[in-house]
Amino acid sequence: MADPAALLRKLGHAVTERVWRLGFAARFFVAIIIYSGASFRRLHLTLREVFFSGVLSLLIITVSGLFVGLVLGLQGYETLQRYGSTEALGVLVALSLTRELGPVVAALLFASRAGSSVTAEIGLMKATEQLKAMDMMAVNPIARVVAPRFWGGVISMPLLAALFSAMGVLGGWLIGVVFIGVDEGAFWSQMQAGVDFRFDVWNGVIKSFVFGVAVSLIAVFEGYDSVPTAEGVSRAITRTVVTSALAILALDFVLTSFMFRGA
Amino acid sequence: MNRSVLDLWVGFFVALGIAALLFLALKVGNLSSAHLSETYVLQAKFDNIGGLKVRGPVKSAGVVVGRIADIRFDAATYEAIVTMNIDGRYRFPKDTFAAIYTSGLLGEQFVGFDVGGDEKMLNAGDTIHKTQSAVVLEKLISQFLFNKAAEGQDQK
Repeated sequence: MADPAALLRKLGHAVTERVWRLGFAARFFVAIIIYSGASFRRLHLTLREVFFSGVLSLLIITVSGLFVGLVLGLQGYETLQRYGSTEALGVLVALSLTRELGPVVAALLFASRAGSSVTAEIGLMKATEQLKAMDMMAVNPIARVVAPRFWGGVISMPLLAALFSAMGVLGGWLIGVVFIGVDEGAFWSQMQAGVDFRFDVWNGVIKSFVFGVAVSLIAVFEGYDSVPTAEGVSRAITRTVVTSALAILALDFVLTSFMFRGA
Repeated sequence: MNRSVLDLWVGFFVALGIAALLFLALKVGNLSSAHLSETYVLQAKFDNIGGLKVRGPVKSAGVVVGRIADIRFDAATYEAIVTMNIDGRYRFPKDTFAAIYTSGLLGEQFVGFDVGGDEKMLNAGDTIHKTQSAVVLEKLISQFLFNKAAEGQDQK
């Protein structure tokens, strides 16, 4: 193993493999866009995927949003009371949720809840040669299987992120106003004064849309590109979760640096 | 194509998501309260704007009457030019005094209009000439210290 030439070959192989996959993923993305006409003409295909990736994620998204809001309420109050400005709790909770935590945590949960199952589904379809069978019947598997799942994820993600943020704000309100006793009027009015719709809320929606595209693309691609064996599919699912998480956090940094450069 | 239970759930989900978005827009954000539909532009020149920020509020008698649209540096006079979008419903007299205040000890800074008694009103695009800069805490403290020192010399 200590042979430097072999080591170099291995490195070169790994790099070429990654670049190859990246190029294939880009071509795959273009193919999804081209063949996505069918997923809107036959809307029930896409609606079914919205059900599986969106509706079934409702529980995890709302409950986690509520708990994140509760924690933000407690921690925010604990820090703000040192400066005697506990009325600012509303702004703190709302801004951190709409700008960052809502889109990012919802996307991470979405990747592990819905993205992984999409990868598993497509991967198993490939392993059991259903995709090939469709090709034989002159049904394009990208138009019939992949594109509806992609668009289902893209549609669900912004809605789930908005729901997460809203539940989080309610959680912060529950802790701050109901349990600790921050003044209710100050809580909401400071929040409304500090949160701008276009700058804060809308940028969060844009973020969650971008995350939705990224996570859905990674999920369908990993499933489509998986090695058609039991082990290959399980590896593809792991890769979906890991790659999605990294992509979400990296994209979040890029988007944040564009949106909130601190005027 | 028949309606199915699935459609009901998807409809429920989309309605819930849109409701959350509306909640964020109306209850959390300020789309309803501070949405300035018709605005006109006023400018003011300050020697020092302190920590004034774009999108900060413009207040008169404590009520938000506009937002700061732009802050620029005038290379000719070495002053800061603050451009403000003022709510079209409110007009201010020509001798209105624009000052930079701080809300609370650690709060944000805003432009406050102290209204004068002139009968002529400011028009769109006008510049407010009477301004007062932000209070710089260091200057205030050093002034206080110098005064104390001067008092001490008088007593000798």
